[in-house]
Amino acid sequence: MPKQLMTFQVNGETREVAASPTHTLLEVLREELDLTGTKHGCELGHCGACTVLVDGEPVLSCLLLAVEAQDAAITTVEGLARDNNTLHPLQLAFAERGAAQCGYCTPGFLVSGVSLLTRTTDPSRDEIKDALSGNLCRCTGYTKIIEAVELAATRMRETQQPVPSSRSRRNRP
Amino acid sequence: MMRLPKFEYRAARTVAEALEWMGEFSSAADKDPQAHAMLMAGGTDVLPNMKHRVFTPQVVVGLRGVAALRGIAYDPEHGLRLGAGVRLSELAASPIIRARYPALARAAEVISTPQLRQMGTLGGNLCLDTRCNYYNQSEFWRKARDYCLKRGSEICRVAPNGTGCYAVSSCDTAPVLIALGATARIASRAGDRILPIADLYHDDGIHPVRLHDGDVLTDLYVPSPPGDWRSTYEKYRVRGAFDFPIASVAAVARFDGAQCADVRLVLQGVATRPLPLPEVEALLRGQPWTPDLLDAAAELGYKAAHPMDNTAGTIALRRRIVRAYIRRALDALIAPSVIH
Repeated sequence: MPKQLMTFQVNGETREVAASPTHTLLEVLREELDLTGTKHGCELGHCGACTVLVDGEPVLSCLLLAVEAQDAAITTVEGLARDNNTLHPLQLAFAERGAAQCGYCTPGFLVSGVSLLTRTTDPSRDEIKDALSGNLCRCTGYTKIIEAVELAATRMRETQQPVPSSRSRRNRP
Repeated sequence: MMRLPKFEYRAARTVAEALEWMGEFSSAADKDPQAHAMLMAGGTDVLPNMKHRVFTPQVVVGLRGVAALRGIAYDPEHGLRLGAGVRLSELAASPIIRARYPALARAAEVISTPQLRQMGTLGGNLCLDTRCNYYNQSEFWRKARDYCLKRGSEICRVAPNGTGCYAVSSCDTAPVLIALGATARIASRAGDRILPIADLYHDDGIHPVRLHDGDVLTDLYVPSPPGDWRSTYEKYRVRGAFDFPIASVAAVARFDGAQCADVRLVLQGVATRPLPLPEVEALLRGQPWTPDLLDAAAELGYKAAHPMDNTAGTIALRRRIVRAYIRRALDALIAPSVIH
């Protein structure tokens, strides 16, 4: 299957690559764009390790054909840091709370967590659990991960900093 | 990295374009059975199955760009019109669906995970392939067991002496739409047709959805419920996220004072199709719902469910869940706090 030219908007940059039309966004991100922060876990939709934001919404890059993602704004874990190269408050909170053990699931959790914190900086614990329910961690519990989201939310409320990737939102009641 | 098999991808912009491409391949398939095209909406069922080589289409026709398949519209006279391409997350969050068709919002909300609800569509969920422990496995695993009746063998591994395939219907929105009396519009090259959702399914685990090659499910219509219809969807699964139903119950009822004026009950996850329970409905209709009557109804539903040993959970567990969840659904319909 010959490669074809595809254009993506990834982390605010326009990237043009030649990729196979049968490849998923996950394969193109990791193998063509060298964005290996997005992890490949089960590759079947069971784990959430490959979560990226497409137009601000968390989706699984392992089940999205790259050709179908060309018109969208894609944010990977590499794009969560702010313009001046400081980490997102959730990334800092993960590090401080020790919300990672082996770390393989962490990029997916960060992306799902940032998506939640973009919708609200005052999520309830149930909202946090719901937002992270598509991400599996097999090392440890989820307590520190949930606490890290709460810590980041508190700090974001205090500083009222706008977060990156502020595109379309769901209107969940 | 788990690779997809080779295929040609075509992005449809209109239903007509999708029909044309599908037609091209359904006639080619007469000469070469390997030549076939598949429709793909969200891709959350098609792509895992392709990675497992359960589906090996030559052409994949993507429906993502078809604007006519989007949209949720409601008017009190005609009811609800849903585009087949409406995302499950939109369905779950829609204020009008939450207010008027709470069971449908609930069914969408308990499908898989936030990421997959964001990707998956209503039409895709309705056309979900049936599932089985011997089918949803890697090519390596299935080949080692010499495949199964649904794909590549003469013998069903679940019931070797049986004649059919018992793979399980697992889509959560179908039982609710059947209970709500919904209909589907199906486009084909011969013209559009409308049929009840219940008629989309039949007792065949191999070809569970009664669409012809080249048909495109375009719209769903749900009649406007009179104000006092109540509805619920109760789903049992191993984890609180991710999983398909081990057994679930969609229930819709209307009351005239203390008596039940009408009721519809549909089970899911226990047969090759969503399973309506007419005997249980007949028992409940026209009666005041006393605890004894509800117990009898749950017992009758328990006797009607005959799951096979082909998903998570044992047969005995799934049947007990059916009994308990019918009771739970009926209790929810008469709970004073539930104003659906």
